[in-house]
Amino acid sequence: MNTPTLLLDGLPVPFSAGQTIMEAATAAGVFIPHLCHHPDFKPQGSCKLCTVKANGRYVSACTMPAKDGMEVENDSPDLNDKRRTLLQMLFVEGNHFCPSCEKSGDCLLQALAYELEMLTAHFAQFYPDRPVDASHPDVLLDFNRCILCELCVRASRDVDRKNVFALSGRGIGKHLIVNAESGRLADTGFSLADKAAHVCPVGVILAKRQGFLQPIGQRRYDRQPIAMQFASLPGSGGNGPEA
Amino acid sequence: MDRHARWLPEMVVADECFDATGVAALLQPIVERHRRDSLRLLQILREAQDVLGYLPRTALTVIADAVGLPRARVEGVAGFYSFLHLQPVGRYRILFSDNVTDRMLGSAELMDRLCNRLWIERGKVSEDGLVSVDTTSCTGMCDQGPALLVDGRPLTRLSAERIDRIGELVRAQVAVSDWPREWFLVADNIRRRDVLLAHASAPGEAMRAAVARGRERLLQELQRSNLRGRGGAGFTTHTKWETARRAPCVDPQGGRYLVCNADEGEPGTFKDRVLLASHADLVFDGMSVAAFAIGAAQGLLYLRGEYAWLLPALTENLARRRRNGLLGVAACGQEDWSFDIDIHLGAGAYVCGEETALLESLEGRRGVPRIRPPYPAQQGYRGQPTVVNNVETLCKAALIALRGGDWFAGLGTKQSTGTKLLSVAGDVESPGIYEYPFGVAIDQVLHDCGAGNAQAVQVGGPSGSCLALHEFRRRIAFEDVPTAGAFTVFGAHRDLFEVARNFAHFFAYESCGFCTPCRVGTTLVANCMDKIAQGDGSQYDINEIFRIHRLLHAASHCGLGQTACNPLFDTLNKFRPAYERRLRSLDFAPAFDLDQSLSVARQMTGRDDPAAHFDPAGGMQPVDR
Repeated sequence: MNTPTLLLDGLPVPFSAGQTIMEAATAAGVFIPHLCHHPDFKPQGSCKLCTVKANGRYVSACTMPAKDGMEVENDSPDLNDKRRTLLQMLFVEGNHFCPSCEKSGDCLLQALAYELEMLTAHFAQFYPDRPVDASHPDVLLDFNRCILCELCVRASRDVDRKNVFALSGRGIGKHLIVNAESGRLADTGFSLADKAAHVCPVGVILAKRQGFLQPIGQRRYDRQPIAMQFASLPGSGGNGPEA
Repeated sequence: MDRHARWLPEMVVADECFDATGVAALLQPIVERHRRDSLRLLQILREAQDVLGYLPRTALTVIADAVGLPRARVEGVAGFYSFLHLQPVGRYRILFSDNVTDRMLGSAELMDRLCNRLWIERGKVSEDGLVSVDTTSCTGMCDQGPALLVDGRPLTRLSAERIDRIGELVRAQVAVSDWPREWFLVADNIRRRDVLLAHASAPGEAMRAAVARGRERLLQELQRSNLRGRGGAGFTTHTKWETARRAPCVDPQGGRYLVCNADEGEPGTFKDRVLLASHADLVFDGMSVAAFAIGAAQGLLYLRGEYAWLLPALTENLARRRRNGLLGVAACGQEDWSFDIDIHLGAGAYVCGEETALLESLEGRRGVPRIRPPYPAQQGYRGQPTVVNNVETLCKAALIALRGGDWFAGLGTKQSTGTKLLSVAGDVESPGIYEYPFGVAIDQVLHDCGAGNAQAVQVGGPSGSCLALHEFRRRIAFEDVPTAGAFTVFGAHRDLFEVARNFAHFFAYESCGFCTPCRVGTTLVANCMDKIAQGDGSQYDINEIFRIHRLLHAASHCGLGQTACNPLFDTLNKFRPAYERRLRSLDFAPAFDLDQSLSVARQMTGRDDPAAHFDPAGGMQPVDR
């Protein structure tokens, strides 16, 4: 029996039954930009960075099952323009000051902004008021950088079985909360050993006293642009070398 | 006992007043009544708020413990719905309906008037905790606005005199139940009856007819009728039912479900309100017919929070049907079929009208649309095959059970069979419900409702389409102008830019926030419209709106985001001068306005003299002393 195959920007990409477009592409070493997707967790399709055109329709690559003969458009000016606009939306929605952020160089949002050649935030900044939570002895929560990808929510729920994180609010007021009546991370069962402590693609969940152990300039996306990390390591899984 | 009587002034002030033991005792009967079922979380939260006035931190902890959910999940649900409050609200909670039709009737001025009378600021609780005044999305009273909700009860046909009286009653702390009864009357305003509204049958008649036909023949009749969903999407009802009926149950014990979508949130629509108020038996008959066809044992009616005032009558109706053997074990004399109906209340979230968001809400979660596939007919409520139908669709199904598919297919057009209920409001002489066979021309409706000088009609609400004069020959039908029922008329004197701006803010407020494009894009668009309204817009801003429109259309997770810019797109294409005459330049004007940013300082210092303004030519004026 022939292996089912989809065409990704004209390149035949074989896949196995049940795989999504994202999974098929990653296995083939093709990078589809994404933020909320992580190979270890159930896909949720909320950031929309992985929007591709499958048989002429816009779909999320991380949730759309691959189909035999499907023609998928990924690296096109139209899609990259839309992705750039989505990034700009995320940059103005939160408070992202890359030069002073200790996640700089290890941040997926920043890496994608470079990858997609986002030169400015374009839109007027929202400057939301998001106080930090420094209550926990080992971890700082800086909500200013939250992009609402829910990876920490999923990790804490599905892997750690602790349900430390959840989302509250609606629309532009949606925000990350922690599982404590006081609203403080120190009053949850959160620990630096949790999976959830290590999945944040941006700089919300930060281990204290470790911010600059690795100098800026030598970090993951400083060394090599994100798309190339995928191309050099086919089959590595959706988040590249360290995933 | 009136619920306000339990309130002590200090209870409103601080969270600490609610100690865990006291709250647990107060909430005990509620969680027990709902069998500590986490799927009933939204109902539990609603009822807890009825007792406590709002949802203090301790209450969320108590409820989370009782239903066995993480506390943060419970807080996340409470934080999602606009009718649930995590902060104290006024003992009198007054919400003005903010649909464009209410605005056209002067609701904004009336709200300012009430705020002035009560010495409060919009959106804030008075210092004594007595009252809060704010806006809410369309309450479905467009035919008798301006309207408001006071503690969930609708007040219609507001006038300046009535607003003044309301101010007096609030200040005198007269219980809402003692306010003049006639203020709370809601008229049906049925203006044109066709087969549905003219229909009279005894409760259970359609159900008996369905049972007499048997499942196979009933489904055949439905197929012949070519009935399509009346909630907006227009999916073929027969296909939905057949899919659900044939889909395997994940949990064989769980069975299939039939859900009636009464989350009528599209601004400008109020037909389901009338069906539920005056044709409830036909609605329940339709639910029973559908449940019989797909073999469902449980029906759920999802009633939007704004229609909570309909609940007592609906509950009583269900009790009556149980007494008469129309619900329950061996419903309608069918030994092998039991069927009952439960009513779930929403809590202020337009997105829950989307069927998968509705299912999430029914399961006690945040109303976020699910990833499809699987479709509800395959995996819906509790993961079981579920049919979700609009109120009007189910009424039509009841009629088809009674009179057959060929009869129904003979009405309307070939692709759009049967009749459609239109909710007509705006600049018309006779606002109300008009039932027409599909295929009726826009100008026929305009003629019948007395719309003398219409320049535009918004068909299908903000997510529908805005039609200009040259399109009034078009017809209401799936193949031409599809609609869930809203038909809002704008006279020649109306400013369609302001209409579109109202809609832009509606979508920004109602976005669930799940996906990036809709969460951020709807706010960006609303900001753009505000900038243009302030006279700071340029051609650049119009280009921005088009750009965001294309992105939202392509990349949003659900229909809310995909259609959020439709009204702007339509009005920009058809009523461009309404925008352009506001533009400061046809090139570029910055979003940041230094003088505007000083307004907070002016308000704090109580000044508005020239020296308190920024003069672009010479900078700040020296203060004259």
